[in-house]
Amino acid sequence: MEVFVAIMVGALVTASVYLMLARNVLRFLFGLVLLSNAANLLIFSAGGLTPEAPPLIAPGADLPPAGVANALPQALVLTAIVIGFGLFAFALVLIYRGYQNLGTLDSDEMRLAEPREGEAADPLRSAEAR
Amino acid sequence: MSATWLLPLPIVLPFATAVLAFLFRRGPEGRWISVFGSAVTLFLGVLLLIEVLSYGPQAAQMGEWPAPFGITLVADTLSAVMVVITGITGLAVAVYAVAEIDGDMEELGYHALFQVLIAGVSGAFLTGDLFNLYVWFEVMLISSFGLLVLGGKRVQLDAGIKYVTLNLVSTILFLSGIGLLYGTTGTLNLADLSRIAPTVDPGLMTVIAMMFMVGFGVKAAVFPLFFWLPASYHTPSFAVSAVFAGLLTKVGVYAMMRMFTLVFTQDIAFTHTILLWVACLTMVTGVLGAAAQTDFRRILSFHIISQIGYMVLGLALMTPLALMGGVFYLVHHIIVKANLFLVSGVANRIAGATELGHIGGLYKGAPLLAFLFLIPAFSLAGFPPLSGFWAKYVLVKASMDLQLWVVAFTALAVGLMTIYSMTKIWGQAFWKPHPGGTVPSLSTLRPGERMALLTPIGALALMTVLIGLFPEPFVLVAERAAGELLDPSAYIAAVLGEEEILQ
Amino acid sequence: MKSSLIVRAATRLLVGLLLMFSIWMLLRGHNEPGGGFIGGLIAATGFILYAIAHGCRAAREALRLEPQTIAMVGLGVALAAGAFAAIPGDALFTGQWLFLWPGPDTKGIPISNILVFDIGVYLVVMGSVLTLVLALEEEV
Repeated sequence: MEVFVAIMVGALVTASVYLMLARNVLRFLFGLVLLSNAANLLIFSAGGLTPEAPPLIAPGADLPPAGVANALPQALVLTAIVIGFGLFAFALVLIYRGYQNLGTLDSDEMRLAEPREGEAADPLRSAEAR
Repeated sequence: MSATWLLPLPIVLPFATAVLAFLFRRGPEGRWISVFGSAVTLFLGVLLLIEVLSYGPQAAQMGEWPAPFGITLVADTLSAVMVVITGITGLAVAVYAVAEIDGDMEELGYHALFQVLIAGVSGAFLTGDLFNLYVWFEVMLISSFGLLVLGGKRVQLDAGIKYVTLNLVSTILFLSGIGLLYGTTGTLNLADLSRIAPTVDPGLMTVIAMMFMVGFGVKAAVFPLFFWLPASYHTPSFAVSAVFAGLLTKVGVYAMMRMFTLVFTQDIAFTHTILLWVACLTMVTGVLGAAAQTDFRRILSFHIISQIGYMVLGLALMTPLALMGGVFYLVHHIIVKANLFLVSGVANRIAGATELGHIGGLYKGAPLLAFLFLIPAFSLAGFPPLSGFWAKYVLVKASMDLQLWVVAFTALAVGLMTIYSMTKIWGQAFWKPHPGGTVPSLSTLRPGERMALLTPIGALALMTVLIGLFPEPFVLVAERAAGELLDPSAYIAAVLGEEEILQ
Repeated sequence: MKSSLIVRAATRLLVGLLLMFSIWMLLRGHNEPGGGFIGGLIAATGFILYAIAHGCRAAREALRLEPQTIAMVGLGVALAAGAFAAIPGDALFTGQWLFLWPGPDTKGIPISNILVFDIGVYLVVMGSVLTLVLALEEEV
């Protein structure tokens, strides 16, 4: 079971690196989503995959029976998913705004903050950027 | 007050301030709530430092779940010092923001975001749990995203996209590292990890250590992972870039110092050699990048990178003296760097730009500002008797003790190059006459504004001078912090209790 | 963009149901699966549905408060619930319990700061999700 999950993590990372190498920022963002899913899956499998029993303690007992699933990685993954969801929603809004204002999704053409040599000396341009 | 409450309060209080400041964001009350909250946070930080200095490392278990099962907050000397410095920077910037941040930005929730950022930074310094550290990183990150694009100028959106995407990659790497570490050791409590780490296969630990090094390296902006920093730090409002420059990258450095002294100590010869090279290359590339820039804030941004190199150097050498130098550098740098960004904000306000070609005459029109610029600028370059001199001196001495002549030479040469950049700013912005023919003057500011802008700059400059003239108490505290980093038994005992150690 | 009659008619029914379901979810989370997070998401879904049927402005009016304000108030409530533990002298976020009218074989109705914390989480999640979604909806 762990082997399959490990291969899946590998496949997700491969796909995400491919996407992140693109100049298009939207593709980059999709790559990030895949990468974060790969990380979540990694945590999930790192805690050990035990299909036997849910981590529930019977009434009156102090300890769960042996062989129960590890609850901590699930809690961690849940937290990570929630945080990731918020960050990606923000990034998506930001990229959309960026597209509206800058007129491009190509990261090579986003040169306002880092103008090419000589462009910064043009006061009109930098005034407009400000 | 007992440690159970003294530890969480520097985190809880900024959150509470954020809530209040947000509810009152439409009036002038919001900004004063922010200033007052920052002052109380600083006061609590000082109380915490006194407690730690008198009784050693302190720990508190949240919700009374015992370590290593619950979330633990720990303060050793380094954490407590960092919380105090966060408080100082927070207060200075909150006062500065009173004059700089306009009503539109306040209505969008500037003060709330700022306080959440401070809470995230304090949380990252105080937590004793790795996953909790991740959560604080995210708190910090999401508020910094908001602050960076607040105002919505086109250049900010451009910078924001680069900052956001590259920082997200780093947090995901950090998260994967956490997953792997949990898989191999079965715990995420830092003190517990430090106990278990030596029993794990060292090869595996080194691989995980590398993931953390890259993840924190992006945060700390070390070579070759720094590209997001000079692309973004010069675009937001000056108060925001001052607090970013002072605190954010330093959280990355802190996290590195913590992990690579407490947990990843199995293969120092390998990991810390990489850190040593990284440190030298960071110093050199940062200072060379600065030499090529012509914008006040972009020069300063590149200097952050080069100075990060010195701090990482302290960690990489891993001797008591070097670590002490690293901690001292951390403290000195936060004060000086935040101050320089604040100065650039005033320069922009009265001279009309930050592009060095478009401004000038500040020495003639505003000699007070020129004086206040010279103190942090000389300190950054390492002139005696200012704080930067002692910081650099200790690090160079530490590398010479280990007979790393190349490293010592690099550190000295980078110091010289720093002077070059600072004189460039001085010559262009202060000495050269203003190209528009006007003489910029502080009297164009309203009296209240002038107070709010110059008081924090003056106070931070005074601290730089004081650290420089009376370095002894600061060195003693830094020495203690370094001692605790090298021998974490007191830290572990504070978290897990004495009897756990004996088992 | 005008939404269809079916959507508008169904929304009238569904929004109320979703909001009630969200509160039920919040209370159920005390001992069983559920809780403030999922409850907040369901409540946000209700308002998003309303925004789709009647437009964002109508949804904002129905909310009465700005979504950001709801989120920040929620943060305040959650913090206050955690800080409440100071009164009996416990550590931050320690659970405090009060059992009302205990009977001979029942513990009584449990009242705790954990529930208050969950209500805070409910508000934070609902407020922040709505902030983002309404912002996106208005843009596109």
